[in-house]
Amino acid sequence: MHPIPPKPPLRAYGDREGDGMVQMSFVLTVPPSGRAREAAKRFAEMHGLADPIVATMEACSEGASFFVVYGQSRHEVDFASIDVAEVRTDPLSHDEIENRVQARLGRKIVVVGACTGSDAHTVGIDAILNYKGYAGDKGLESYRAFEVYNLGAQVENETLAARARAVRADAILVSQVITQRNCHKENGRSLVELLERQGWRDDVVLLFGGPRVDHQTALDLGFDAGFGTGTKPGDVASYLVERLCGATPPAPADADPRPPR
Amino acid sequence: MATVPMDLGKVARCRALAGEIANDVQRYIDAHTTVGVERTILRAYGADGIDDQGAPLVNTAVERYREAGLIGRGIATPLGRALLAGASDIQEAAERLAFAPDLDRLEGGPSAADLRGVLAPHTAAALARIDRAREERDALRRRVPTGPTPLKYVIVATGNIYDDAVQAKAAAAAGADIVAVIRATAQSLLDYVPHGATTEGYGGTFATQENFKIIRRALDEATGRHGRYVLQTNYSSGLCMAEIAWMAAVERLDMLLNDAMYGILFRDINMCRTFVDQYVSRRFIARAGIVINTGEDNYLTTANAVDKAHTVLASQFINEAFALRAGLVEEQMGLGHAYEIDPWVEDSFLLEIAQAQLIRQIFDRHPIKWMPPTKHKTGDIFFAHVHDAMFDLVGVTTKQTIELLGMFSEAIQNPLLMDRYLALKATRYVHGACKHLGDEIEFKTDGIVARRAEQVLAEALALLDEVNSESIWEAIARGAFADVKRTRTGGRGFAGVVERSPDYLNPLLDALEAPSGPFAARAADGCYRSG
Repeated sequence: MHPIPPKPPLRAYGDREGDGMVQMSFVLTVPPSGRAREAAKRFAEMHGLADPIVATMEACSEGASFFVVYGQSRHEVDFASIDVAEVRTDPLSHDEIENRVQARLGRKIVVVGACTGSDAHTVGIDAILNYKGYAGDKGLESYRAFEVYNLGAQVENETLAARARAVRADAILVSQVITQRNCHKENGRSLVELLERQGWRDDVVLLFGGPRVDHQTALDLGFDAGFGTGTKPGDVASYLVERLCGATPPAPADADPRPPR
Repeated sequence: MATVPMDLGKVARCRALAGEIANDVQRYIDAHTTVGVERTILRAYGADGIDDQGAPLVNTAVERYREAGLIGRGIATPLGRALLAGASDIQEAAERLAFAPDLDRLEGGPSAADLRGVLAPHTAAALARIDRAREERDALRRRVPTGPTPLKYVIVATGNIYDDAVQAKAAAAAGADIVAVIRATAQSLLDYVPHGATTEGYGGTFATQENFKIIRRALDEATGRHGRYVLQTNYSSGLCMAEIAWMAAVERLDMLLNDAMYGILFRDINMCRTFVDQYVSRRFIARAGIVINTGEDNYLTTANAVDKAHTVLASQFINEAFALRAGLVEEQMGLGHAYEIDPWVEDSFLLEIAQAQLIRQIFDRHPIKWMPPTKHKTGDIFFAHVHDAMFDLVGVTTKQTIELLGMFSEAIQNPLLMDRYLALKATRYVHGACKHLGDEIEFKTDGIVARRAEQVLAEALALLDEVNSESIWEAIARGAFADVKRTRTGGRGFAGVVERSPDYLNPLLDALEAPSGPFAARAADGCYRSG
């Protein structure tokens, strides 16, 4: 067996391996001039670009210039050292989701979502749940496969849990936009603890979302998955379908019962 | 000149059916009012301000009478009674409605004629305030013309109104003809209008009367500097669509997003509420000479843009019918549509041309609003820039009036200054390079474009026929538009809809409905230079 040759560090690829070519564009709030061009060049150099070429400098507003700069980035990344907790789900199409739930579950997936605690920013939960969706991707409301309850903003964990139980929710989505003093983590953790106390934590899929949320954070708090910036409704829908009616059915809820606390 | 075949008989039948659909709803509208409508009336009479909790005076006053079960008589009834009982002016009268220890149960006392009498000078003053703003706009636009069509429309959305003012001026300097300040996320669901200048908003900036003033000032400055009248627009939609219409009227906005059905479909606002509110908002808009932009473009963001193109056309006929019943003239109706077909569909460009040209021909007096691709935009800004250029090409070839510029960063963020600059530059190129393309070319009589136009019109007619036979209430409930289903009593704001009592009083609305206003007969002056 051959030893694996060490991989070269990762650099941006332009025309030749390792040339580090990148393009950047930005605005500086000075009118075009020789000095402005030099400022753009230095600005690019500070970002690690060797020999930057200011390809464009034009007035884009009163007292502001638009620049396009090419240069060779000196930076490199040790790819092997990167370890990221990722939600592993292949995105399914709208139709695949509808069909799979219909065929494998034979009923709708019941989803309850809320912004909990004092958080009044429903933009995230609305983007995922409401019909209109986000970035051209329609929300869970738009699927026949989901029955959606969007409880909105400033919902107490107790209210959310009671409602989720009443409608026999398959999944609970918690959205947290405000992160001052880590209040989002507090809110999230206390919901998990509440459900554990009530003894039905494992009967429900718990999802955590928000601009400062990643999968690892969500796992640390006791959720099943975390979704951050750029998550589309289809990502969440695909995850739930995979989880609730994937090829390998999830273990029955009572296979590993946790004692109610 | 490039035209598509258009069966005038079918167009006339579409208009007749849309008229019947609107008449059915108009009977409901004329028998109801809403808390939003009554707050608008109170504002228009001059009531203003908020309490120490931030609640607008008009909300406190109207809510109190609604809870007492008396708002069906119109807020003008207790307002007039308070004036007759000695309130020194409208503000004091409104404060009495909101805060007087004893609620006026509206029993006995002055007659309807007495109430109309005491309100008459205030009604005249409310109308004069709207008319003054309109005259000011007309005078300014006679002096400083708008740019050539398609007018280039861009959005700013920093959350901070003072930053918005800077961005608005930058956009005007880069060639924008129309500037919209995007509203803060979910303002449409607030059942009150925030007060004062605002510097924090998520996803946009709150629409408030003070914010309207700040942007108007910035754009007037840009108008003076560039010798091109820069138009201001905002959103008369959601639970406060009528109040915002009035604010826009007196703060001299030029355009408003305003749609008879958008809130129902896309914001889950109750349909009874929306139908009543859109009517009253449009009565103010008609008087103010504001151009509305309707929201049919949104249909294609949820439904398939190839299969459901006819729903856009059908809805445009319906929006037109509602607008006519609210006193708007065709020159005020910026009916909306969009370039939303999957760009990878073969001949998608031809299908887009067909729809755009058809709508241009059917609504020939209307300042049609042409919306850019959004649904199929991704983070690939380089492709998106090309996609937008194709959209620009259809816009100029088919002579759309108002063109909202595509932003290559659409799927990523609210536009940065450079995004807007590059969009304006590319659009200037396409609009200039192809300025007379539409006059030079003809479409084959039996070609893809012509056949598509015929198909869309035929399907729109069939849909309108169906909607008319089942009623619009049922049609919306089964998802005829945008594939969204809404029920008659579902959605937000239904509790704020109240049946008018037989002695409902609303002299201001009566005046707006009167056929012989100083502006009633006059079309919104044909101020958009074409070509």
